[in-house]
Amino acid sequence: MVTYEEGDGWAALGDRTRRAIVVSLAERPQSVGELASTLPISRPAVSQHLKVLKNAGLVAEHAAGTRRIYELNTAGVIALHDQLDTFWSRAMSGFRDAVEQPAQEQS
Amino acid sequence: MTDVDHTIVRRQIVVEAPIEQAFTVFTDRFGDFKPAEHNLMASQITETVFEPHVGGHIFDRALDGSECHWARVLAYEPPDRVVFSWDISPYWQIETDPEHTSEVEVRFIAETDQRTRLELEHRNIDRHGPGWEGVRDGVDNDAGWPLYLARYAALLAGV
Repeated sequence: MVTYEEGDGWAALGDRTRRAIVVSLAERPQSVGELASTLPISRPAVSQHLKVLKNAGLVAEHAAGTRRIYELNTAGVIALHDQLDTFWSRAMSGFRDAVEQPAQEQS
Repeated sequence: MTDVDHTIVRRQIVVEAPIEQAFTVFTDRFGDFKPAEHNLMASQITETVFEPHVGGHIFDRALDGSECHWARVLAYEPPDRVVFSWDISPYWQIETDPEHTSEVEVRFIAETDQRTRLELEHRNIDRHGPGWEGVRDGVDNDAGWPLYLARYAALLAGV
């Protein structure tokens, strides 16, 4: 039954329904029931897909009273932050080279 | 790491140059220090143009003459400050909805006549969304989820 590798986000998103769940959760955190009402699959099927997404680290859950609310993991923002941080680090050191170079050339 | 605000990137650097020169090099020669492979163009880029006025753009021009406008100049106050938008989605595509763009503020502070501190703040990164709202369009793109998740995995692995 388990055909994906544990923690493999790529494989987890290889499924059309799971992508639909991710898109839906991008709009707002939701319970299984809320998700099932907007998707053409049953609640148990939604739960199964959520389990895969959770194992892949893409979805997190928390309790709200008696309900369990599912939401997207913030790893996406962290990954984007990391990319931009690397970009600006390199741009800044390039900037220093560029700004200090003309002064040397003119002297 | 949990204390870091992931919606903001802050960098600062001190350069041995007067404030006017620091500002001019940052705007005029942006393309000279921007990592070269960092562009969205299909063909090789020949230059990066920073239009020096509010309402202008920062854009890359490619060998074939095409242009990629990836930032809007929001403030241009030489030699003290410049602010521009970051209209690049997590999928390395141009973001056309300003609501889903972040912004970069660069401040220049003269420490002496010959030394300038540059403070850069790239903020509101979360406005891009964690990339999720682009899943519909970006998920099948090699530069989309696969890139994203590879980086995600690298983060988890502590690389």
